[in-house]
Amino acid sequence: MEFSTGVREKNLIQSRVVVAALGGLVLLSLLFARLIWLQLVETERFQTASEANRLQTLPVGPARGLIIDRNGVVLAENRPNLQLLLIPEEVTDLDELIAEVRQRIEFTDSDAERFAKNLKTRRRPRDLVVVKDDLSESDAARIAVDLFRFPGLQMEARPTRYYPYGGLTAHSLGYVGRLSLDELKRIEEGRYAGTETIGKLGIEKAYEDALLGQVGVERVETSARGQIMRSVDREDPVPGADIPLHLDIGLTAKLYDVLGDRRGAIVAIDPMNGGILGLASAPTYDANSFIGGISQAEYSALQVDRDTPLFNRALRGQYPPGSTIKPMIGLVGLHYGAVSWKSEYFSRGFFQLPGNEHKYRDWKEWGHGRVNMDKAIIESCDTYFYDMAVRLGIDQMSEGMKHFGFGRRQGRDIQGDLPGILPSRDWKRAARNESWYLGETVISGIGQGFWVTTPLQLAAATTATARRGNFIEPHFSVLEDVDAGAPVPLGTSMDWERMIDAMEGVLHGETGTARDAARSLNYRIAGKTGTAQVVSIGQEEEYDADEIEERFRDHALFVGFAPADAPRIVVALIIENGGSGGSTAAPAARKVFDYWLLDRNGGASPPDFDYIATINQRVLEPNHADSN
Amino acid sequence: MLTATETGHIESFKPKRFAQRYGVDPLLTLFVLITTLYGLIILYSASGQSLPMVLRQGAHVVVGIAIMALLSQVRRDVIIQVTPFVFLFAALLLVAVLLFGVGAKGAQRWLDLPGLPRFQPSELMKVALPAMVAWWLTRQKLPPSISQLVIAAVLIVVPVALIAKQPDLGTSIIIAGSGFFAIFLAGISWRLLAMLGGFGLLALPVLWMVMHDYQRARVMTLIDPQSDPLGAGWNTIQAMTALGSGGMFGKGYAAGTQAQLKFLPESHTDFIVAVLGEEMGFVGISILLILYALILGRCLVLTMRAQGNFGRLLSGSITFTFFVYVFVNVGMVCGVLPVVGVPLPLISYGGTSIVSLLIGFGLIMSMQRTKRILSGES
Repeated sequence: MEFSTGVREKNLIQSRVVVAALGGLVLLSLLFARLIWLQLVETERFQTASEANRLQTLPVGPARGLIIDRNGVVLAENRPNLQLLLIPEEVTDLDELIAEVRQRIEFTDSDAERFAKNLKTRRRPRDLVVVKDDLSESDAARIAVDLFRFPGLQMEARPTRYYPYGGLTAHSLGYVGRLSLDELKRIEEGRYAGTETIGKLGIEKAYEDALLGQVGVERVETSARGQIMRSVDREDPVPGADIPLHLDIGLTAKLYDVLGDRRGAIVAIDPMNGGILGLASAPTYDANSFIGGISQAEYSALQVDRDTPLFNRALRGQYPPGSTIKPMIGLVGLHYGAVSWKSEYFSRGFFQLPGNEHKYRDWKEWGHGRVNMDKAIIESCDTYFYDMAVRLGIDQMSEGMKHFGFGRRQGRDIQGDLPGILPSRDWKRAARNESWYLGETVISGIGQGFWVTTPLQLAAATTATARRGNFIEPHFSVLEDVDAGAPVPLGTSMDWERMIDAMEGVLHGETGTARDAARSLNYRIAGKTGTAQVVSIGQEEEYDADEIEERFRDHALFVGFAPADAPRIVVALIIENGGSGGSTAAPAARKVFDYWLLDRNGGASPPDFDYIATINQRVLEPNHADSN
Repeated sequence: MLTATETGHIESFKPKRFAQRYGVDPLLTLFVLITTLYGLIILYSASGQSLPMVLRQGAHVVVGIAIMALLSQVRRDVIIQVTPFVFLFAALLLVAVLLFGVGAKGAQRWLDLPGLPRFQPSELMKVALPAMVAWWLTRQKLPPSISQLVIAAVLIVVPVALIAKQPDLGTSIIIAGSGFFAIFLAGISWRLLAMLGGFGLLALPVLWMVMHDYQRARVMTLIDPQSDPLGAGWNTIQAMTALGSGGMFGKGYAAGTQAQLKFLPESHTDFIVAVLGEEMGFVGISILLILYALILGRCLVLTMRAQGNFGRLLSGSITFTFFVYVFVNVGMVCGVLPVVGVPLPLISYGGTSIVSLLIGFGLIMSMQRTKRILSGES
């Protein structure tokens, strides 16, 4: 009985074991079936997925082309910049990470502010965000040791734009800055895949396409955390093209030196080809501040500065040209027969339209007496030109002046310049919906009234005169030396030569308005002074009497070229509230001519780099303009 | 069927005499040794070529085999006598874990007692529970009565609940399984089994409600891994990708990109079979599964030969628990079962798991030997 119970129980258990074993066998074969499906049937699908996991295609940004001055001096270069970078997607606790970073490297509040801004303005997912720019070697060493502990954080030497003469070149080269949302919509995304910056202004913007280069591609093996383990293959990027300029950095330094603490602009052009030799707009700013994203404080300071350092006076400053355009208007008058070289006018000190009491005054209270064209230019006789303007009429005047490039933007590689106003009946109707008054013609004859021109336009127009009636569009780069200019269809070559003689008289004649500036000169300058009345420039609620007076003072202008018979440099210069063109602007221009023709032998001698560096430093000194 | 061929095969080795002399079953020991060696090779690659980790695991294996050999020398009746005390002790440890255990990743599973290596008391329960159920059921005639089954159910539910609360879903499933197997093998009637199954299905919604969010997410991702590919679905997707991309022969030892570039989670513990499948392919996994089949087959033979009902129930439930281990782990890695924390037996890195498995094998062996020493028994 006992025995049989034991046997029955044993059999019961054993039969159950067999049942369970069979069940196990079934399950095991299920597993096998699943494995066969995964590993032998769907292999390809999973292999693709695995490769996609493993390999990442990274764009490799090309090196941006350099910008080079006429002597091969590099004005915009790419400097290795050791940056601490971050992929926010891979960081779990950002605050903690920054706290860790702070413990290791110098990380100021302004660094933190800049980082927060970078983080906020990130454009594309998985883009690297700059935590800190320009790591010092000791900081880099300190963070490098611990870098593996912080996933998402990495250090990289990324080339960053650098302008060795950032103050001197800001208004001509412009700068690069981080891609904005708007720009991201506009650009060809693929080309910028490995690039964070884009030319924002100036030459950097004009030649963006050439400077950018072609993006390269690198395939890398990455870990699940996104760390790059090794490079699989790589297609190198094609660096951007270098842009050679006509600009001479030594001359540019001289222009800023001449302007000193005054507000103003100078444009110097090579009359042989229209290339811009130098361009200054004072005060200026450091283009390097904009590259990594400027801090809010720094930007506000530049913006609220009442001397408007960010404002490009050379390209965007629209000033009444005043008497500087008299030689050109004179040529127009001769062309249309309003006057001849022989015709004379008796200047009494004022001009009146028939049937009107209003007196249009000459700058010389008692008048110039008997005046012909030569004298009118040399002494800058206003009444002569009032009279001529009325004879000429506004339509013919603007028709003729158009050939000098007024009233329109200059094109080519000039970025952001303004058109100014070439006054005409049509312009007034289009812009103001008003009809033209004869009185407006009178003052237009001396470059006042509606007339506004930029210093660049004045330089370009004067270049046309220096070229004896051939207008060539001003441009920065040698790449734009593509044509021989367009003839200005006014007068004969005799007319141009005689007008230039008159302009020489402005400096070298006994009664020339700029004769003081030409003392002991061993070469000849042809030029014209100008004094423009200020209507209102940057008037703020400022009640300091001296200051208001200063800001209301006339602008001093000068245009000219030298040597007069074989010009090598054209200069257009304006000093805001500088007083008269003869006393202020012409002597300043003389320094420029002296530098270029005597010190530099027309650009044949090399510049003095210590001098350039000194001036670059001086123009970047804070509040330098307050001292005037 | 399986038993018959295995037996015939074994006869020619004359292992009986060896077993009778030394108590250690030579075939089971051999299969275990080969499997653990295979495991160490896989681990070296899965740990990112960490020799120290392999050496530590090797030490775990040595200790485990020593304990297994030691246990195989213990007389069956001694084991029967200590079973209730060991069970009680294990249950107390589980309570202790809940009160002052230490843990990782939100679960409290470890006991860090001074002077002892850190260990998981739930591992001890893996052998203590089936032994206790076997002990309880064999006190009376088989098949068990309803009242006995109720007590047995309580013996299972209490430790399972304690472990599930840690929470350690994987281990609680394994342990519940081990207790269930003891009841099943004891001959619970099919009708009762069917009724329990029906109740179980009805209880599923309740289970769903008491589950943790992350556990629910794991079940959901089983149905559709792509529903949360970077979260709960990540593990499954990456494991399946690893396995699938391995193909027939794999990407080569230590050359699996999923494993070596750390796309695979827990590559040296729960997901180690994915490393094997990626690097050594279908062939590599098949070898492992065949090794498991050999171990299981040998354990079944030993279960058939086990002495006494306690011995049979204990051996059987340990054997089937081992199978559940394999099935749940491989099933979860292949994406047919939800992700629960069950290591791959004898392969995954971890001392307590290996030691508790080898304790189980030691117990199976000890259920054999007593026959000859106390020939008059039973």
